[in-house]
Amino acid sequence: MQDRAASAVVLELRDVAKSFGSVVALRSGSLTVERGSIHAVVGENGAGKSTLVKIVAGVHRRDEGVFRFLGEDVDFATTAASKAAGIAVIYQEPTLFPDLSVAENIFMGRQPRGRGRRIDYGRMYDESDRLFARLGVHIDPRRPARGLSIADQQVIEIAKAISLDATLLIMDEPTAALSGVEVERLFAIARSLRDEGRGLVFISHRFDEVFALCDHITVMRDGSYVSTDRTTDTDVDAIVSRMVGREVAELFPKTPAEVGDVVLEVDGLTSAGVFHDVSFEVRAGEIVGLAGLVGAGRSEIARAVFGVDRYDDGAVRLLGRKVPAHNPRAAIRAGMAFVPEDRRRQGLVIEESVARNVGSVIRRGLARAGVLTSAAENRAAGPWAGRLEVKTSALDMRASTMSGGNQQKVVIAKWLATEPRLLIIDEPTRGIDIGTKAEVHRLLSELAGQGMAILMISSELPEVLGMADRVLVVCEGRITAELDRAAATPERVMRAATRTSAHATAAAADEQKSEVTA
Amino acid sequence: MSTATASRPEGAAPARSYPSYAAPLWRRALLTREFAIIALLGIVYLYSLGNVPNFDGPLTLYYLFLDIAPILLIALPMAMIMITAEIDLSVASVVGLSSVLVGVLHQDAGLSIPLAALAAMAVGAVCGAANGFLVSYVGLPSLAVTIGTMALYRGVAVGLLGTKAVTDFPERWTDLAKERIFGPGTSYPTILIPFVVLLVLAVWLLHFSNFGRGIYEIGHNAEAAHFTGVDVELTKFWLFVISGAVSAFAGVYYTLRYGSARGDNATGLELQVIAAVVLGGVSVFGGRGALHGVVAGVVLIGIISSAMRLEGQTVNLINIVIGVLLVLSVLSTSLLALASGLLRARTRGKRPSSRRAVAAANPNER
Repeated sequence: MQDRAASAVVLELRDVAKSFGSVVALRSGSLTVERGSIHAVVGENGAGKSTLVKIVAGVHRRDEGVFRFLGEDVDFATTAASKAAGIAVIYQEPTLFPDLSVAENIFMGRQPRGRGRRIDYGRMYDESDRLFARLGVHIDPRRPARGLSIADQQVIEIAKAISLDATLLIMDEPTAALSGVEVERLFAIARSLRDEGRGLVFISHRFDEVFALCDHITVMRDGSYVSTDRTTDTDVDAIVSRMVGREVAELFPKTPAEVGDVVLEVDGLTSAGVFHDVSFEVRAGEIVGLAGLVGAGRSEIARAVFGVDRYDDGAVRLLGRKVPAHNPRAAIRAGMAFVPEDRRRQGLVIEESVARNVGSVIRRGLARAGVLTSAAENRAAGPWAGRLEVKTSALDMRASTMSGGNQQKVVIAKWLATEPRLLIIDEPTRGIDIGTKAEVHRLLSELAGQGMAILMISSELPEVLGMADRVLVVCEGRITAELDRAAATPERVMRAATRTSAHATAAAADEQKSEVTA
Repeated sequence: MSTATASRPEGAAPARSYPSYAAPLWRRALLTREFAIIALLGIVYLYSLGNVPNFDGPLTLYYLFLDIAPILLIALPMAMIMITAEIDLSVASVVGLSSVLVGVLHQDAGLSIPLAALAAMAVGAVCGAANGFLVSYVGLPSLAVTIGTMALYRGVAVGLLGTKAVTDFPERWTDLAKERIFGPGTSYPTILIPFVVLLVLAVWLLHFSNFGRGIYEIGHNAEAAHFTGVDVELTKFWLFVISGAVSAFAGVYYTLRYGSARGDNATGLELQVIAAVVLGGVSVFGGRGALHGVVAGVVLIGIISSAMRLEGQTVNLINIVIGVLLVLSVLSTSLLALASGLLRARTRGKRPSSRRAVAAANPNER
């Protein structure tokens, strides 16, 4: 035990790898966290940050690589094991028991016991008060957790971590939902924990925060370790270029298409707390990419345009005609198609057959004298499944038996069968194999060539840059940049996507914005 | 491919073609839950013909149909509601309310029987609309809503008539309810005519219409149905309205058949309906079931109780047999699902942990 306490390095990961089936989530992750320091981990969506954290937290087990904690080789099979060793992870959205008191949440499962093994509430409240005093916050330990702000809930998670005497504290995007004052308070707490000699890992997309708080920065890309620097030795530009760091591959063969008339006009679309004053247009033959970080509000905008979700203000026009709000059927009639983000839950009915899924939107027109038969559905669905080269042995196979790539083809076939004027496609290639990916890209390019307007949302920057004629960058529910194909560089998009948020000084924000749009 | 709006997809890519079905027709038709029930029905019927005294007389089937007619009628909308993964427990109370309304409107308001019946069915539709509104547009769980309205509608029915009964109905109408289609001595009562009409409509609605495809999609995955343009709320709403109207019609029949309008008519009928629908292969989790199975389920329960009654068995024993049958039938689906699930899990291997796994693993556990 003496040995452990003396170790200067809290956490050491070297060449850690993790795959899920054929998907490599983490190729070679490395991270060394010292005592008394705050270490930032940055990278694009899908760079492997979350997988790394989950391995440390004991959610996943690594396939290979070195994992040392306090100088000892460890291998956590459960989150309880990692917690017992002294690792605390605070997630973006804390999950407390809403109906229990704050103190009960902190001491869940290890409540101090009094006489007769009864829970000693007095001691529990006293200790909670002492923890909060140490953190410099005022939360009543007797009140229920329900109704606390996200910031206060995070403080409770931190208090829990301290009461467990965690040596390593990992915070996964803790500031995403916080306001300026709350961020400052969190930072103050983080610094005092650092000064107590604990190690902290801070994952964030906001560079201003990373540079304000952290001592070291580790960059990850495509599941691999790229670099580690002292914050004082580097700057935002260097970090961004390392995060992006690769050429846009030849994988994305967007052929230039003749851009025609405006198909979709979105004007001042607003949904309180989700996105604000979103305006853009998409023309025939054009692929417009919506880029931004996960959670920036891209999918929400698409869902509102298609009418799956409500919006508070603004208007959507297709071919000059207003599309009624919150009515997917009207949107379909107007000529919209929407391939949603979550294939298995939203894109198709996984328990139904290929034919039923492909025919699910067009079946309205397939009935003869009001009678809709399976034969008619099969006749209509077959050619579309064939055009997309869906791999299935028969049309009555359930969609659940197919691979992700084939399921995605079924979803696309279902919407192409409606012969839409506008195709909204959210994460067109998420979780599908590389071959199908290329097929989907070729198809999108071909469709645009035929005059379809396409609005594409993707978290993969190369995909957006390779496919889109125009890139709109969304950050915290607003469009922060509009870049032409030629102007859209990875650096510019990342800058706009991680634009300093509301609490940063207005001057800095303006400076960045002008830089991006220049 | 010259334009984006070509009516058939003739792409540069060679179009594949697919067989419509993976298995031949006989396998698709026979290896189903519905066919198993139909086969069991046939076996029980033939066995009873040979072994149960008096079962082969024309009166047996006649009384069987008279008895199960309300269940047959209500099972049609109930099956559709349960395929959307909802439930309507208020049907028997609507039967009771409709029965009371027919009695009161005929006796006290002096309406003719057809007018009273129409009024009762209109009220039934309104009762269903209230259920549907609360479930679809307020978003309450149908189990809770219809338990509530089950008590409510029954309460109104009993409140209107108290413990009295209206028994003064014109013979023309009470006879019609018991009349045979093909003349005296045959087995088929006239109530089968409206049932067959409703059955044809229900088969069309559920199995051969866009609306019916939506019903299955809602049961499987309401979110995906919504994303596909199915009006989930409106679909459920109409199903509850239909359920209310059909239940009220069953109430009219019930009243005339027994010549008695009482507030406590058809108490507990909802459970018989649900039992038959489940026996017929409809999943309480939604998305699964077909009307031929449902009809077979209702008739199977009817034949078993009728045969056992002729054998001189008590109602308790009949209930035990039907209960065991129901549990076995539900168990068979679960066992099948378990087996195929295990098989799938083995072939798919370990699945990547989702976000939920983190949420479950992360916080607050001991």
